[in-house]
Amino acid sequence: MTVTYTSSMIMAILPEILLLALGLLVLAVDLALKEEKRRSLGWLTAGGLLAIMAASLMFARPGDPEMVFGGMVRYDWLGFFFKMLFLFAAAITALFMMDHKNLGHRGEAYLLLLASTLGMSLMASAADLVMLYIAIETTSIPLYILAGFMTGDDHSTESGFKYLLFGALTSTVMLYGFSLLYGFTGTTGIYELGAMFSAGQVSLGLAVGLIFLIIVGLGFKVSIVPFHFWAPDVYEGAPTPVAGFLSTASKAAGFAVLMRLFLIAFPDVAASWSLLLAVLSTLTMTLGNLVAMVQKNIKRLLAYSSIAHAGYAMIGLAAVSQLGVASVVFYLAAYILTNLAAFGVVVAVGRETGSDEITAYSGLSRRAPGLALAMMVAFLSLAGMPPFGGFVAKVFVFTAAVKADMVWLAIVGVLNSIIGVYYYLTVLKYVYLYRMENEDEDQHPIPLSRPYTIALVVLSIGILLIGTIFAPWFGFSGAAAVNLF
Amino acid sequence: MIPLSWYLTLSAGLFSIGLFGVLARKNAVAILLGIELMLNAVNINLVAFWRYGDPAMIVGQVFAIIVFATAAAEVAVGLALIISIYRRRKTVVADEIDMMKW
Repeated sequence: MTVTYTSSMIMAILPEILLLALGLLVLAVDLALKEEKRRSLGWLTAGGLLAIMAASLMFARPGDPEMVFGGMVRYDWLGFFFKMLFLFAAAITALFMMDHKNLGHRGEAYLLLLASTLGMSLMASAADLVMLYIAIETTSIPLYILAGFMTGDDHSTESGFKYLLFGALTSTVMLYGFSLLYGFTGTTGIYELGAMFSAGQVSLGLAVGLIFLIIVGLGFKVSIVPFHFWAPDVYEGAPTPVAGFLSTASKAAGFAVLMRLFLIAFPDVAASWSLLLAVLSTLTMTLGNLVAMVQKNIKRLLAYSSIAHAGYAMIGLAAVSQLGVASVVFYLAAYILTNLAAFGVVVAVGRETGSDEITAYSGLSRRAPGLALAMMVAFLSLAGMPPFGGFVAKVFVFTAAVKADMVWLAIVGVLNSIIGVYYYLTVLKYVYLYRMENEDEDQHPIPLSRPYTIALVVLSIGILLIGTIFAPWFGFSGAAAVNLF
Repeated sequence: MIPLSWYLTLSAGLFSIGLFGVLARKNAVAILLGIELMLNAVNINLVAFWRYGDPAMIVGQVFAIIVFATAAAEVAVGLALIISIYRRRKTVVADEIDMMKW
């Protein structure tokens, strides 16, 4: 068998190639630097990731969708848009890692971050079950290590261990589904699977059974009920920058796979899985929001809130339409900016106060006005207030639901948003209205180092931009969505 | 020749035993063993489907080999995490690794 190499093969995986090169560079520089200087690896990682983004945007923009590497990877806008999101999220996470006491001066932490980003990029463009499985594991295994990275901290090791157990179990169940899919159709190509299903090769009952097995694995990645219970424990224990990365990029990667797999491989049983996803989405939103209300720890609160947001995004997918997919992609873009900003504030505050309890945020507006402002932008955007990104994103997914004759789902979503406003505003109440007990806030300022300032400013501007000038962003999402229909 | 369904039954049985092990065992190492059993069930499926389908299409074999490799990586990380817990708490019982709940 001869293989001819074309330039589009290189371009299709240009971000991945450059990510690998950057990872090796980080390792090499890590050897050369002294311990106390290793913090600057964060600048190298973040700068390198932005350079990769720039290079990909200049040279590797996809044209017409194209299958490369014998159908392993599909070179299209959907994958490309998600890759840019992952690179951006990883760059911001690298900045947040820099001043973390256990991560900042460890070169391997940055390498693991890059390896995981590489896996996510492949997840977004994988067009074959074999490729998809490797990509999912390449994403997950570095994240297991990062979650348990602080070996001197009982919470962190426990969180890494729990993440690994749930992750390995659910990915194995999904893999069993993949093996049966391969067996009953004789192919592993996602696009060929779609043709097989259309040709009636596989009975409806079997298809629904396989969809259940696959939802276990992907539901874990995007943390939808009933596969959500790992999220609060892992987010609480994991180093906060890692938790932020888990809740944004890793979740978006899961959605990228969900959309491609379900819309391409199972379009003919869309009625069944659309209803299933609508029910799961309802459960996810409701449970996430209700349990978030009683949380005392900000990281657990954000974990349940991120579960609820997976439910909102799922609405767009349950609508099974081009608008629906575009709204999911847009939702994830807005959500990545917003949630990274929220976790960024938690990183900065937790570093100074050493606590993640919500009560530790009392008087934050006096201790660090800039930080409090960033927190307000992030939380109001999470709550879905205009003029922030979260509002527009919610409008689009609810529109998609209404257009798909799922008005009830949109109503459930709106009711849930109202519950969300309650607990997001409760946190802001601590930040803006409450004072520190028996202390003068001016004596306890929270210093912001340069990487945190840059990251939070970029994120806050991004949230505002995506919420006010949303047309171009929605245009990109639309271009990505066209690729699936 | 042994019919395909026998292999599939064996694999489904192995998968179920592994799943039971993961859900019922308390020892963290035993839980990882259960996951390994499940992965091996997947491999039996893949190889059997490859042999009884179109053996010229080697994708089934390739898939099985890749599953080996990732399973090994997963277990290596899993054992490392278990060791890091054991060093601090002197336990590998999953029930006792419960500092965080609700």
